[in-house]
Amino acid sequence: MKHNWFSSTAGVATVGGVIGVLAVLLQHWGNPPNMGICVACFERDIAGGLGLHRAAVVQYLRPEIMGFVLGAFLAALLFKEFRPRGGSSPLVRYVLGVVAMIGALVFLGCPWRVMLRLAGGDGNAIFGFLGLLVGIWIGTLFFKNGYTLGKTSEQHAASGWILPLVMIGLLALRLIFQPVEGQAQSGVLWYSLKGPGAAHAPLYISLIISLIVGFLAQRSRFCTMGALRDVILFRQMHLFSGLIALLAAALIMNLLLGSFKPGFIGQPVAHTQELWNFAGMVVAGLAFALAGGCPGRQLFLSGEGDSDAGLFALGMITGAAISHNFGLASSPDGIGPHGMAAVFIGLLISLSIGFGHLKRS
Amino acid sequence: MSYEVDARGLSCPQPVLMTLQAIQSAGNDDICIRVDSSTSFENVSRAATGKGWLIANVEQNDGEYRVMIHKGFA
Repeated sequence: MKHNWFSSTAGVATVGGVIGVLAVLLQHWGNPPNMGICVACFERDIAGGLGLHRAAVVQYLRPEIMGFVLGAFLAALLFKEFRPRGGSSPLVRYVLGVVAMIGALVFLGCPWRVMLRLAGGDGNAIFGFLGLLVGIWIGTLFFKNGYTLGKTSEQHAASGWILPLVMIGLLALRLIFQPVEGQAQSGVLWYSLKGPGAAHAPLYISLIISLIVGFLAQRSRFCTMGALRDVILFRQMHLFSGLIALLAAALIMNLLLGSFKPGFIGQPVAHTQELWNFAGMVVAGLAFALAGGCPGRQLFLSGEGDSDAGLFALGMITGAAISHNFGLASSPDGIGPHGMAAVFIGLLISLSIGFGHLKRS
Repeated sequence: MSYEVDARGLSCPQPVLMTLQAIQSAGNDDICIRVDSSTSFENVSRAATGKGWLIANVEQNDGEYRVMIHKGFA
């Protein structure tokens, strides 16, 4: 049995630090401010790029998502950890993905972006972080009371290849239908002409960095939700060290590059409604906890052949389309017209899933 | 007598939760934990050693792990 240094506490902390540095560099090279890496935002942009929603400012086939899955896929193949598996309540995981995205888009970011927003000085993210903590804490109560989505079983190799192949297909579309200056459509793809969807690092930079992140995260089992869950559930700081390293490295990078701008008002791609920043992340945090991983971890697991995690990711992309089509997503002006209803319904669905999967004693 | 924890097919945090529950109820008995991913193997090993238990033996076969742990005596 070979020792995997990356999965040691020093290893996961190093990976967290590397991710923090690379995320701020992505911002420096063109990604939106405090959004160097945001799995929820980037999956939302992919939904827009494919025309699944038509919010003009968030349409771009983000190569980072493809790189995360493919980097993890390569690592898993290389280190013989590619294990096609699935069948642990797949539809429930899909719905949790939908709900997680709806909650995340009320806050405007996933747990990765919570940390990057904090590192950029965005005080509104404090409420998002607290919401995330509360959501995950509720999730741990379910686990303590026997919550389970059931066992996975081994599946045919082909099923483990599906999401990596989908990502290769998306990458091919991005390469075939390149953005055209001043045009919102290129072939079958949609592109933002302004707003966060129009802000992106060059394709090859995004791809190389995300392949590195995917590779390292698969080896280290980096998970932003697991980091907080393990502290609450086991008083264990192992994964948390990765999260703190990400925050510290991103903060230092922002200070060095002059992109640390503390305050609440006028923060990039953020709103100031504290209650809804908090509540949106309660919903998202609970859904991530019940599904067993943050949105990044779900991508890395799907690269290892976990088709349930792949379904969660597809659920998130669906959730983004629903969020924007139904007016659930927030904008810098505040929450969407149906954002409040979305939070209540999302919480209701998550709690129902939690109570509905307590092991019968 | 030895306890057996079968956490195959389960994802985190369940293998660790099951291991910690077994540690609580095993007294001085050995525990055999069965998992089927290297991540779960790492997680249960970390949890057990964190509680002062020792990894006595690990058998790996076809992606499955049998981890024998016993209570450490300081």
